[in-house]
Amino acid sequence: MSMTATVGHAHADPHHIGIVVEHPGPASKRIVTAYGFWVFLLSDIVMFSCFFAAYAVLVHQTADGPKGSEIFEQRNVAIETVCLLLSSFTCGMASIAADVRNRLWFYLGMAVTCVLGLIFLTIEFREFADLVSRGYGPSRSAFLTSFFSLVGCHGLHVSAGVLWLLTMMAQVFAKGFRADILRRMMCFALFWHALDIIWVAIFSVVYLLGSGV
Amino acid sequence: MPAGRTVEAMMLGKLDWSAIPFDQPIPLIAGAVVLVGILAVLIWVVVKGHLPYLWHEWITSVDHKRIGVMYILLASVMLLRGGSDAIMMRIQQAIAYQSQGYLPPEHYNQIFSAHGTIMIFFVAMPFVIGLMNLVVPLQLGVRDVAFPTLNSVGFWLTSTGALLVNVSLVVGEFARTGWLAFPPLSGLTYSPGVGVDYYAWSLQISGVGTLVAGINLVTTVLKLRTKGMNYLRMPMFCWTTLASNLLIVAAFPILTATLAMLLLDRYLGFHFFTNEAGGNVMMFMNLIWAWGHPEVYILVLPAFGIYSEVVSTFSGKPLFGYRSMVLATMAICVISFMVWLHHFFTMGAGPDVNAIFGIASMIIAVPTGVKIYNWLFTMYGGRIRFATPMLWSVGFMVTFIIGGLTGVLVAVPPADFMLHNSMFLVAHFHNVIIGGVLFGAFAGFEYWFPKAFGFRLDERWGKVAFWFTFIGFYVTFMPLYVVGMLGMTRRLQHYDVAAWRPWMMVAAIGMLLLSIGVLAQVMQLVVSIRNREALRDRTGDPWDGRSLEWATSSPPPVFNFAFPPDVRGEDAYWALKWHAKVQQLEDHPGPEYQDIEMPRNSPTGFVCAFFATVMGFALIWHIWWMVILGGLGAFATFVVFAWRDHDEYVIPAAEVERIDRINIEERRSLVSMAGAA
Amino acid sequence: MNLLDPQGPVAAANSTILVDSVFIMLTIVVPTIIAILAFAFWFRASNPRAHYQPGFVYSGRVEMVVWAIPALTVILLGGVAWIGSHQLDPAAPVPGTGSPVRIQAVSLDWKWLFIYPDQRIATVNTLTVPAGAELNFQLTSSSVMNVFFIPQLGSMIYTMNGMVTRLNLRADNEGKLQGLSAHFSGDGFPEMMFDVNVISPLAFPDWVATTAKSDAVLNEDSYKKLMQQGVERGRPIYRLEDPRLFDLIATQHIPPGPGPELISDAGRPHSGGHDAR
Repeated sequence: MSMTATVGHAHADPHHIGIVVEHPGPASKRIVTAYGFWVFLLSDIVMFSCFFAAYAVLVHQTADGPKGSEIFEQRNVAIETVCLLLSSFTCGMASIAADVRNRLWFYLGMAVTCVLGLIFLTIEFREFADLVSRGYGPSRSAFLTSFFSLVGCHGLHVSAGVLWLLTMMAQVFAKGFRADILRRMMCFALFWHALDIIWVAIFSVVYLLGSGV
Repeated sequence: MPAGRTVEAMMLGKLDWSAIPFDQPIPLIAGAVVLVGILAVLIWVVVKGHLPYLWHEWITSVDHKRIGVMYILLASVMLLRGGSDAIMMRIQQAIAYQSQGYLPPEHYNQIFSAHGTIMIFFVAMPFVIGLMNLVVPLQLGVRDVAFPTLNSVGFWLTSTGALLVNVSLVVGEFARTGWLAFPPLSGLTYSPGVGVDYYAWSLQISGVGTLVAGINLVTTVLKLRTKGMNYLRMPMFCWTTLASNLLIVAAFPILTATLAMLLLDRYLGFHFFTNEAGGNVMMFMNLIWAWGHPEVYILVLPAFGIYSEVVSTFSGKPLFGYRSMVLATMAICVISFMVWLHHFFTMGAGPDVNAIFGIASMIIAVPTGVKIYNWLFTMYGGRIRFATPMLWSVGFMVTFIIGGLTGVLVAVPPADFMLHNSMFLVAHFHNVIIGGVLFGAFAGFEYWFPKAFGFRLDERWGKVAFWFTFIGFYVTFMPLYVVGMLGMTRRLQHYDVAAWRPWMMVAAIGMLLLSIGVLAQVMQLVVSIRNREALRDRTGDPWDGRSLEWATSSPPPVFNFAFPPDVRGEDAYWALKWHAKVQQLEDHPGPEYQDIEMPRNSPTGFVCAFFATVMGFALIWHIWWMVILGGLGAFATFVVFAWRDHDEYVIPAAEVERIDRINIEERRSLVSMAGAA
Repeated sequence: MNLLDPQGPVAAANSTILVDSVFIMLTIVVPTIIAILAFAFWFRASNPRAHYQPGFVYSGRVEMVVWAIPALTVILLGGVAWIGSHQLDPAAPVPGTGSPVRIQAVSLDWKWLFIYPDQRIATVNTLTVPAGAELNFQLTSSSVMNVFFIPQLGSMIYTMNGMVTRLNLRADNEGKLQGLSAHFSGDGFPEMMFDVNVISPLAFPDWVATTAKSDAVLNEDSYKKLMQQGVERGRPIYRLEDPRLFDLIATQHIPPGPGPELISDAGRPHSGGHDAR
C-alpha cells in the first residue's frame, strides 16, 4: 500500500468516535506504582472474600463443637480493634512525616504502629493458643476451620505488614527519603489501611454477628 | 520408630527411594529423556560459552519483549509435554476396549490430570501472557510495562510451577484427580500421596506469577499509554488484554484461596472440603468454577484480540464495528463472572437456579456472536491476503462457531443433564480452546514473530502446519462428540462398549494428524531460522500492519521508540501507525535525541523462583527445614532487591541516535521505495 | 447407550430439547459459516472482480442486525432453557403406572449399591426395575463424588457423602440398559458401569421374592466391608436387614469410606486400583 494514500485516510474518523480530550501520555511513576498496588489490594480483598464466603457457608457446621458465641471474648476483640484502628492513625502520621521528610516523627509513627501491630498479634495468638489448648483447634469442626483461616489469614497479613514496616524503617534509616522509598512507603500505608478495613469486616461478620447468635 | 529413621524423616520428610518409579518404565524413561535433554542443553550452553549471554540478555532481562519471548518458549515446550500426554491418552482409549490397554489406571489418571493442568496453566496461559507482554507496550507506544522487574518475577514463578509439574514425573507422582482436583477425592483420605500436593503447590506458585502479570498489564494499559492514545484509539488487542487481565486480577485470588483451603485440609487437618466435621464439597465446586469460568475467558479474550488484529491487517481494512467490539469485549468480561454454576447443573440446585445460570451463560454467546459477525464484515470489502496468520483466523471462525453451538447447547440445563462430563463436553471445550485459544496463539505467533526476531516464518511450512492441525482437529474431536452422544463419559481408562470403539480409533488417527501439524510447526521454525537472511524483515512492517508496533524496527531497539509516538488525529487506531512511522522516520536534528532511562536488568526474578522451587519441593515432601530456608531466601531476595540504589540505567542520546539512525536509514529507503511504487 | 434412543419419558424429553436446540442454532450457524467461507473466498486479494471498500467499517444497520441475531436466538433458547429446567427438574415427579418404586443408590469405591427399602433387598452393580413404574431415587455416596447416570433413561445427578440428592425416572420398555458413573472417582472408576434390567411389572414381585431369599445379608457390618476400596466383579444380591441403612449412611452415622490402605510407600500409595487390572 502506498504511504501517501494511507496518510490520506489519517484524518478520517471511520468509527465516528469524535474524541475531544487528548490522552496526556504515560502517568508518573508515583501514580503508576500506587495504582498497581491498589489493583493488588483489590485482588487481595477478593481472596479474603473467598474466606468470608467459606465462613458464611460453614458457620453453622459446628459438628457438636462450640459455637461462636461460646468462644469469642468481646474484651480481647475490643482491644484488638482499638489497637488496629489506632495503628492506622499512627501509620497515617508516619506517612505525613515521610512526605515532609521529618525523620523523628516518621520513626516515632512507625514504631508506635509496629508496637500496636505486635500487641494485636499477641492477643490474637493467645486467643488461638487458648482455643487450641481447650481442644477447639481448626480441625475440631468446619466452623472452627473457617474461623481460624479467616482470622488467621488476616493475622498473617498483619505479620507480613510488621515485617514490611521494619524493612521500611531500615530503608529510611539507610537511604533517607528517596523518591522510590517514598513510593514504597505509600504502598505500605495503603496495605496497612486495607488490613484495617478487612479487620472491620471480620469484627462485624465474625465477632459481632457471631456472639449475638 | 528407630532414631535413624527419625533423623531421616526430619531431613528428608516423606522423600525416599521409593519416590522414584523404578517399577513404571514409561514415566521413568520419559523423565530420563527429559533430564538428559536438559543436561545436554546445559552442557552445550556452558561449553560454548553462551552462559554469560543467556544470563545477561535473557535470564535477568526485564525487557518486556524478552520476557514475552521466554513466556512463549515455555508455553511451546510445555505444549510438547502436554501433547505427548494427549497422544498417550488417545492411544490408550483406542486400544483399551475390553482390555486394560497399556496404561494402568494409576498412571492413566495422572496423565489426564497432568494434560489438563499443563495445557491450561503452562501452555495456554503463558502463551497468551507472552504475546500480551511482547505486543501491548509496543501497541501503546511505550517503552516498557508498568513494573518490569515484577514482570520478570512473574515469568520465573510461572516457570517454577511448570518445573514442579515435570519433576513429579520422576520424583513421586502427579495428581490422579483430574485437572481441578475435586475433593473429597483430592483430600488426604482418598489421595494420600504427594500427587495432589505437586498439583496444588505448582499452581499456587505459578498463580502468584499470573497475578503479578495481570496487575502489571492492567496498570500498563490503564496508566501507561503514549500521548494521545485515548481508550477508543487503542488497538483491539489492548482492549482484550485489559479485559483479560482484569479477569486475572479478579479471578486468580479465588483460585489461590481455594487451593489454600485444599492445602490446609491436606496439611493441617482442616475441614473445608472433607466429608467429616461439616466440610462442604459443593463449596469447592462453587469456588473453583468461580475462578474456572472466568479463566476460559482470560484465555480466549486475548485470542479474540489477536484475530481482530490479524483479520483487519490481512483484509487491508480497519476492524469493522470497533465500538461494538469494545462493548462486546467488556460485556464478556463482566458476564463471565455470573455463569459459573453451569458447570454443575447436575448437582441438584433446583430449576430456578439452573435456568437463571443457563440463560446467563447463553447471554455470553451474544457478544461473542457479535464478534464473529464483525470479523465477517471486516473481511467484507477487503483485499484478503491468505498468509498463515489469516488462515488460522479463518479456521478459527469456522471452528469456534461449532464450539459455540455445542457450548450454548450444554448451557441448556435439560441437555446438560445428558451431556455433563461426557465426551461431548470434552469435545466442546477442546473445540473452543484449540479452535479459539490455540489457533489464536498460533496466529499471533506467526503474526508477531517477525516483530520479535526480525525475520518472517516460512510460509509453506506454516500452511502445512495449519492444514494438518485444522483437519487433525476435526478428525480427533468430531468423533468425541459422537461418542458423547453414545453415552461415553470422560476419563475412562478402559471400557466394554463396542459402539464406542471405532470412534476412538478415528480420534487416535486424528491425533496423529495433529501431531504432524505440531511437528510441521517445529520444522517451520527450523527452516525459517536457517533461511533467516532471505526472510529478513527490514521495514519493521512485514504485513502492512495497522498499529504502533509496526512503526518501529524489527526487532525493536530495547527502548522500543526513539521518540515516544504522539498519537494525533481523530481516527481510532487506523492510521496511527503511519503517523508514528513518519514521526520515527522524520529527520530529527542531533540535539533532539534525548537520554533514555531504562530499567536495569535484575536477577531478582530468577533467584526468587529458585527459592520458590526449593520451598515448593520441600512443602510437597514435608521437608520443613528446607521450607524455612526457602522462605527466608525469598524474603532476603526482596530485601536485597529493595536495597538497590540504581534501578535504571541511561542510554545516552548519542547511542540512541546511533541505533535509531541505522534502523531509520534502512526502513526509510524501503518505505520510500514502496511509496514510489 | 445412545442418547438419541431414549427408553423413558425423561430421556425422551431431554433428547428432544437437545435436538431442537441444535436445530435452532443450526439455522444461524450454517449460514454464518457459509458466509465466512464465501466472504473469505470472494474478497481474496487475487480476485479482480471483488470491490475493495476500505471505508466500510461501520454501518448502524449491520450493527443492529449483528446484535439482534444472536440476541433473538438466545431469547428463544432461553425460553427453552427456562421451561425445560422446570419441567425436567431431576426431582420433579414422573407419573407412571402402578405404585412407585423407591430405590436408594449409594456410590461406593468402586461399585454401585442399590437398596430397595420397601422390598428389603439390595443389589450391587445391577439395577432391576419394573417397566412403566415411577422410580424414586434417593442418592448418596459412601466416599467421593460420583454421578449416577443411565443414558437412555435421562437426567444424571451427583452423589455426595453426607447429602441426599433426588432423581425421578421411568423406564418404558423392558430390556437391558447400561448405567455408569459420570464423575471421575479414582482408580476403579471405569468399573463403575452397571447393568439396568427393566423387567415387566408382573415379573418384578417374583424377582423381589427371589432376591429376598439371598443368603447374604446387608447390614452395617457387611456394608462396611463392601465400602472398602476395590472392584466388584460379580453381581451380589442381599437381603436388607435394616431399611434405615441408607439414612445411617447419608447422615454419616456410618462414617465415610476409608480410602486407600496406606503402606510405607508414602510418596506413591498403592490403592485398590490394582485389582482393576
